[in-house]
Amino acid sequence: MKFTIDWLKDHLKTNKTEAQIIEKLNNTGLEVEHVESLKNELSDFVIAKIIKAKKHPNADRLKLCHVDIGQKELVKVVCGGPNAKDELLTIYAPPGSTIPKNNMKLEVSKIRGETSYGMLCSESELNLSDESEGIVELNQNYKTKIGKSYFKNSLENIIELSITPNRPDCLGIRGIARDLSASGYGKLIDNKNIKIKKFGKHTLKVKIEKSKNQACSIFGSCLIKNIKNKESPDWLKKRILSLGLRPISAVVDITNYVMFDLNRPLHAYDVDKIKKGIIVRNSKKGESFKALDNKEYNLDDNMCVISDHEGVLGLGGVIGGTRSGTELNTKNILLESAYFDPEITRKTAKKLQLNSDAKFRFERGIDPNSIQIGLERASEMIVKICGGEVSKLDIQSTKKIKINKILFDPSLASKTIGIKIKTNEIIKILEDLGFKIKKKRKILKVEIPTWRPDVYGQIDLVEEIIRIKGFDKIQSVEPEKKRLKPTLDFFQRHFHLAQRSVATKGYLETITWSFTDEKNNNSFRENKEEVKIINPISSDLNVLRSSLYPNLILFLKKNLDRGFENQSLFEIGPSFIGKKPGQQITIICGIRKENLLNIYDIKKDVVKTLVELGIGKNETKINTKTPSYYHPGRSGSIITKNNNKLLAYFGQIHPKIIDNTYGFEIFLENLVKYKSQNKKDKPTITFSDYQKSERDFAFVVQKNFQAQELIEIISNVDKSLIKNVKIFDVYEGKNIPTDKKSIALKVTIQSDFKTLNEIDLNEVSQKIISNVEDKASAKLRS
Amino acid sequence: MSDFEKFKDKLIKAKSSQEVETIRAEIFGKNGLINLEFKKIGSLPQEDRKKVSSEINNIKQELTKLINEAAAKLLDSEINKQVEREIDDVTLPEKDFKIGKIHPVSQVIDEISSIFSEIGFSVEEGPDIETEYYNFTALNTPENHPAKDMHDTFYIEENMKTLLRTHTSPVQVRTMLKGKPPFKIIAPGRTYRSDSDQTHTPMFHQLEGLHIDKNITMGHLKGCLNYFVKEFFEVDKIKMRFRPSHFPFTEPSAEVDIGYRIENNKIVIGEGDKWLEILGCGMVHPNVLKNSKIDSNKYQGFAFGIGIDRLAMLKYGINDLRSFFECDYRWLNYYGFDPLDVPTNYRGLSK
Repeated sequence: MKFTIDWLKDHLKTNKTEAQIIEKLNNTGLEVEHVESLKNELSDFVIAKIIKAKKHPNADRLKLCHVDIGQKELVKVVCGGPNAKDELLTIYAPPGSTIPKNNMKLEVSKIRGETSYGMLCSESELNLSDESEGIVELNQNYKTKIGKSYFKNSLENIIELSITPNRPDCLGIRGIARDLSASGYGKLIDNKNIKIKKFGKHTLKVKIEKSKNQACSIFGSCLIKNIKNKESPDWLKKRILSLGLRPISAVVDITNYVMFDLNRPLHAYDVDKIKKGIIVRNSKKGESFKALDNKEYNLDDNMCVISDHEGVLGLGGVIGGTRSGTELNTKNILLESAYFDPEITRKTAKKLQLNSDAKFRFERGIDPNSIQIGLERASEMIVKICGGEVSKLDIQSTKKIKINKILFDPSLASKTIGIKIKTNEIIKILEDLGFKIKKKRKILKVEIPTWRPDVYGQIDLVEEIIRIKGFDKIQSVEPEKKRLKPTLDFFQRHFHLAQRSVATKGYLETITWSFTDEKNNNSFRENKEEVKIINPISSDLNVLRSSLYPNLILFLKKNLDRGFENQSLFEIGPSFIGKKPGQQITIICGIRKENLLNIYDIKKDVVKTLVELGIGKNETKINTKTPSYYHPGRSGSIITKNNNKLLAYFGQIHPKIIDNTYGFEIFLENLVKYKSQNKKDKPTITFSDYQKSERDFAFVVQKNFQAQELIEIISNVDKSLIKNVKIFDVYEGKNIPTDKKSIALKVTIQSDFKTLNEIDLNEVSQKIISNVEDKASAKLRS
Repeated sequence: MSDFEKFKDKLIKAKSSQEVETIRAEIFGKNGLINLEFKKIGSLPQEDRKKVSSEINNIKQELTKLINEAAAKLLDSEINKQVEREIDDVTLPEKDFKIGKIHPVSQVIDEISSIFSEIGFSVEEGPDIETEYYNFTALNTPENHPAKDMHDTFYIEENMKTLLRTHTSPVQVRTMLKGKPPFKIIAPGRTYRSDSDQTHTPMFHQLEGLHIDKNITMGHLKGCLNYFVKEFFEVDKIKMRFRPSHFPFTEPSAEVDIGYRIENNKIVIGEGDKWLEILGCGMVHPNVLKNSKIDSNKYQGFAFGIGIDRLAMLKYGINDLRSFFECDYRWLNYYGFDPLDVPTNYRGLSK
């Protein structure tokens, strides 16, 4: 919503400065988004006249213009505007000036071999309108002003507000003035009594059809006959321009003016183009019409249309149609001022993907009591500028306007805000905002003004009170340090630990999208449900990820392209297993790509992380079952010994996906669940100080025999004596049958009660050998 | 006994610890001097034995001391010689090591959590996929309301009933529904809006805060956020303003701006005459409490929502939001944090 202080002063008598007003607006909830200063930047832009426009010798679409800019000599400008022609009055931007639209600074430049000194501007380039087709065409009044600055007379700052959806009333300048006045920033000027002579009856029949979901409940109108539509006077044009709109004709400009002035959308029809009368009804599927944006719209059932006996004229509350549009030669008009239901209007516009200033207002809620003033104000202006005779007003309505009332306990204000506010002050603030109040003992009976559809409960009144009183009046209360429960729960603590544990191993943490490319995802999805996004931002981000790998690998590859050959990346985050809330699991996924990397490097990373997370090495075992995106012979799963819970995968990523890259995935929920079910207190430990002995063995086993099993067998020979089993070599080749391998290991033997002698040690060694030979079909290597 | 003098002399002249060890063997070995002397004692008359043996013992002690001293001295000089030869070029590079990094967003989440932990908040989480109900309806945002225009939503199901949460506010309702007041929680997490340009990414991070108890007022809200902003930016004083705004799920609602100025192309937080919006907040709307089965006559409180990425950008001078999610190796290395640099209150948030 844009406005100027000058315009604001039509409604507000104030001696505050622009800066004060801006600050106050911010402090009352009308956020000033931007202050557009037209002053300095634009004074360079001068009125100019094309003396001669020739075709550019080297370009078909360009012209070479000799332009009078009010100086002794003409300047040469290359121009792309198709409308550039001899004698045209337009706006010239000299070298050194900055084009408002794109902030481009002009320089003298050669365009296709011809030097261009500055440029001739379109309305869009000057932010006057969206018109970018050709250069600005000024009327003959500017003939005497060649060389003068075009913007000289419109040097007011334009203030742009970002109005929250609850404040439709401030989509009109009067509403803004009312808030300022309530905040003590001036006096709201009464709406003038509008005196217009009304001639005769309203002769065009208007009917609102009663039907379910009829969006229109009031349709007010009047006829204005024998007008002479024309270009708007300068003051009006200036205001229309300050709104960011393009002046069209007096009639259209006036309807726009009233919309922004009073937040009262209006529409003007050329009566001579209406067949018989107006019928406000719901559309039937298949109907269509051409709207004022020059697009053809095909309607659905039950959209509110304004029609005549021939068909649709426009969409109620959204946009008018070309068939009944007013033009410069329009003689007789019908002026419409109506009320349309916010929700239905919004639905219709959304379905047709149509936006308009009127729709923006109706969907937020327009004051149903502004029908008459809108008609009168606009009629008055039209008659003043275009002449003509106004008929009596005709206001059709199907529903009585509802006045909302709230019983308000004023103590709620203090209770919510935390400072004492006197009832008298409350009453004053609310009354200044237009609320009507009756005091009944301690309770206030508050009547809500019809322009405030957002206010319906006591808490809404509290908001009104404090925003006008000022948030700066609230006294800060120091926070209490009382804790209701631990900051992080058991799971969250593991999340944070896991994150930092992986990072300490040299991995860089990434955060990648939760969505990914469907095709990439399918390589990792296995049998998980695919979770598609109905309206993805782009086709390569169209599913929620079933694994963290697809994105990590994508970015790993991008970094490879940047020339980083050694990389370790990880992410901790959600992976999706279904479409319902909660169907997601937390995965810590790391990938590594380095020269000379092998499976045991990645295994070390994942096992060490698990150990740091409190999963002892002796609590888990490895199996070789892994998803298909891992190299089948170079990957493993880590599962808990006592209940086969999957904690992690690790291994080489399948070479068909990416070569020479290793990765791991840790399943955090599983891990935390296992831990919480197997929580054990650390037993008191006693350390044995008796002599420790080590014995080395080498066993020849079948090639596919797993080392893990060998360790298990040996450890179980005598748990009280065998303290550690460590493999130090695996050998295949010479002297070993081709289907076999030799595993060499060191066993640490120690008693907690005595120093073992040679006899004891031999006994243990023999037991180890016989157990292994027996259970692993192995042979001691001699 | 003159042999002993001879050995003393030999010891003094010894040039290597090996020589010393030979002498040691000559004196103390099985057939060494000492043993030989002791053996002789048997042939002495009874009355002399005691005297002689004590003499030998004295000599033994003296020699042991001398040998040890000589050995130590020689060893020292040998090591010194060895060390003199061992000269490595210490300016050659160390062995390769890799330093992992924590993403700035994770770091900032830890910082924020640490700050709120100090004033008694605990961390809650909610699902990324949400229902229309929790994301909008329960939060007092009716269907077909223009307030929804600010949330370009990604939908998971055609019927638009499930979606990717557009904010972390649904965690408010979920938390209240599963527990009993009072509540004092923060909820960080991923949020999604179908928006992508210079300053918007389709995924970003928010942190929700909620404090519900019997008499929690806007004064508490102000105090809490004041405390947070000061702690987060690690300054004693900060220019801050609460500006009335509108969110369907809070009433009254406010946006919080902090003062800043630009100095040498860098943003200086906390002072200056420019304002920067950093978060939205307000008193939880009675309708939200009702939808969360909380009696709004007994309980009330505040909620706030913070854009985590944006705070990270401000605090650590990162210009481009999109770079957070592009995983550029150089960026991760440069802006990432050492994993041992865990933000805590007692050790300080940032180093």
